[in-house]
Amino acid sequence: MADKTSSNAYWAANVRLITINLVIWFVVSFGFGILLRPILSGIGVGGTDLGFWFAQQGSILVFLIQIFVYAMMMNKLDLEHGVEE
Amino acid sequence: MDQYTLNLLVVGATFALYIGIAIWARAGSTSEFYAAGRGVHPVMNGMATGADWMSAASFISMAGLIAAVGYDNSTYLMGWTGGYVLLAMLLAPYLRKFGKYTVPEFIGDRFYSPTARMVAVICLIVASVTYVIGQMTGVGVAFSRFLEVKSSTGLYIGATIVFMYAVLGGMKGITYTQVAQYCVLILAYSIPAIFISLQLTGTFLPQIGLFSEHTASGQPLLVKLDQIVTDLGFASYTGHHQSTLNMFLFTMTLMMGTAGLPHVIVRFFTVPKVADARYSAGWALVFIAILYTTAPAVGAMARLNLLNTLSDNGAQPDGIDYAGRPDWMKNWEVTGLLKFEDKNGDGKIQFYNDKSEAFAATATEKGWAGSELTVNNDIMVLANPEIANLPGWVVALVAAGGLAAALSTAAGLLLAISSAISHDLIKGQLNPGISEKGELLAARISMGVAIAVATYLGLNPPGFAAQTVALAFGIAAASLFPALMMGIFSKRINNKGAVWGMLSGLIFTLVYIFVYKGWLFIKIDPNLADPNFFQTLWALLPVAEKDTAANWIFGISPLSIGSVGALVNFAVAYLVSNATEEPPVEIQDLVDSIRVPKGAGAATAH
Repeated sequence: MADKTSSNAYWAANVRLITINLVIWFVVSFGFGILLRPILSGIGVGGTDLGFWFAQQGSILVFLIQIFVYAMMMNKLDLEHGVEE
Repeated sequence: MDQYTLNLLVVGATFALYIGIAIWARAGSTSEFYAAGRGVHPVMNGMATGADWMSAASFISMAGLIAAVGYDNSTYLMGWTGGYVLLAMLLAPYLRKFGKYTVPEFIGDRFYSPTARMVAVICLIVASVTYVIGQMTGVGVAFSRFLEVKSSTGLYIGATIVFMYAVLGGMKGITYTQVAQYCVLILAYSIPAIFISLQLTGTFLPQIGLFSEHTASGQPLLVKLDQIVTDLGFASYTGHHQSTLNMFLFTMTLMMGTAGLPHVIVRFFTVPKVADARYSAGWALVFIAILYTTAPAVGAMARLNLLNTLSDNGAQPDGIDYAGRPDWMKNWEVTGLLKFEDKNGDGKIQFYNDKSEAFAATATEKGWAGSELTVNNDIMVLANPEIANLPGWVVALVAAGGLAAALSTAAGLLLAISSAISHDLIKGQLNPGISEKGELLAARISMGVAIAVATYLGLNPPGFAAQTVALAFGIAAASLFPALMMGIFSKRINNKGAVWGMLSGLIFTLVYIFVYKGWLFIKIDPNLADPNFFQTLWALLPVAEKDTAANWIFGISPLSIGSVGALVNFAVAYLVSNATEEPPVEIQDLVDSIRVPKGAGAATAH
């Protein structure tokens, strides 16, 4: 295993990345899809509004992108800290 | 060739395929039975996870629930996909690094306590059995339609097939079979959706069609739909009508449950590397998203087609003649899931919202005496191609797809249940010296028992397939998810904290669910004339008068309570751990080691 300080820094960087991702995750689903829908109601999408689109399509697409971006960034982080397999 | 024969042929052919693969890959050793070797490629694993994950709830039931309610049921879409973000970032890579076979094994080791492991076994079994009840409901609906029998008969036939199928093969059989099942179910879901999207909007992709123009009326599809449903006294399709708090909590419950359900987590134990576990979650979501972005289009278009059929596209505002009803209605009447009652005796089918007070005057004026058609939400997806007059082979394919979805998930769940009992309970606790053969036998017996229980409870399920499944997610969210997450992200949570946390989350959630849904999902009529001992005992337990929004505490549905249960779990675990001693140094080192990918060997059993 890598030395203690390096693996602490690795973990802190990981937690930071996760936190940013969870904020995005929350905003697109609970935010745009549910709580903020009234605010977005002015923006029309095909017969309804942007909040409806996020609730039924958009949030899912964002989730997908998030997971792949996270996986790529973590692979890079693994290498930087020398903790890859 | 008639539809019945065609159904039998298509469903029969897909079954022959699955069983063929299961026999070819028959599990020999226990390690194969549980974890299929470790050589599964992330894309293949993602596809199999997709089949494992998308059950009768996703395939048969979900679009029907969206069709019935509209926007407010978007919760299912966000909840059942957003959980993968939690899974990919909070759990999967670390559990793969830990490298054992089962979820209770991780909880037992991390919290250095056989008690924690046993509590995890209980949580796992309660959540998984509830989940299987939902699958049984779905299997019953699918079989009853395509064999043209009552839904209870369909359920018995389905249970027999699930039993033979799951008990025969282990994980290895299941992994390859599930790839085949994914292909069948995604074709079966997309093909009719594309057909219908082309019919209604001229757009190939249903995901785009949903937001396109309805060709026949020249209006956007959703505007047209809103207009038709509100004209019949229903709440608008795109509007927000239910409690926002409940919608929020329900979505959260489904997300946490996704990350906490053992049959999905174990799939990430079988990838070769930690990095693959991260990508596997992404690939799984790719294959899941294909269905989940199609489902809202299926729901909206099915609702539109159904209402247009019943009024002959508006030409008969008082409803079509019952005598001249289309064949699909006759077919579904056989199953008992679609019923017509001519309340005003005019021989026409009136279908509207007879619970709307605002609409009551209009209905009286028209001489309508109540909505005359009862349509079970769970039939919408299966009936959809028939309503849209699609060719017979598409109808047969949808039946095969629904069964593939239900079978694959039921098999994955039964495997999780049986490994918890044979591996964690019997080998880990009661009889460590058990032979491999004995362990396999115990695994198969526990599968059989789980199927029998789920079938019995599936006869009077606590809700539509997707709702029953949502209850299972609530249980997993309140019990296993917090324990797993804290086990990785906190070094301070100790054995006592974890045990008390899981127990309080589980009990809190179960009590809330049982008060509304009946204890152990069994509802007893309190005014029974001659109750037996069991019924008398049951009548003593506290139950809510009605399972309706007005009766729920703070308007929180029993389906949504899991996220509140998770909060209870987190809080209790934190408080108890801080009041008691720190975990030993070697456990803190264990946590450090699962946080970094380096040094992950192959998964091992012991």
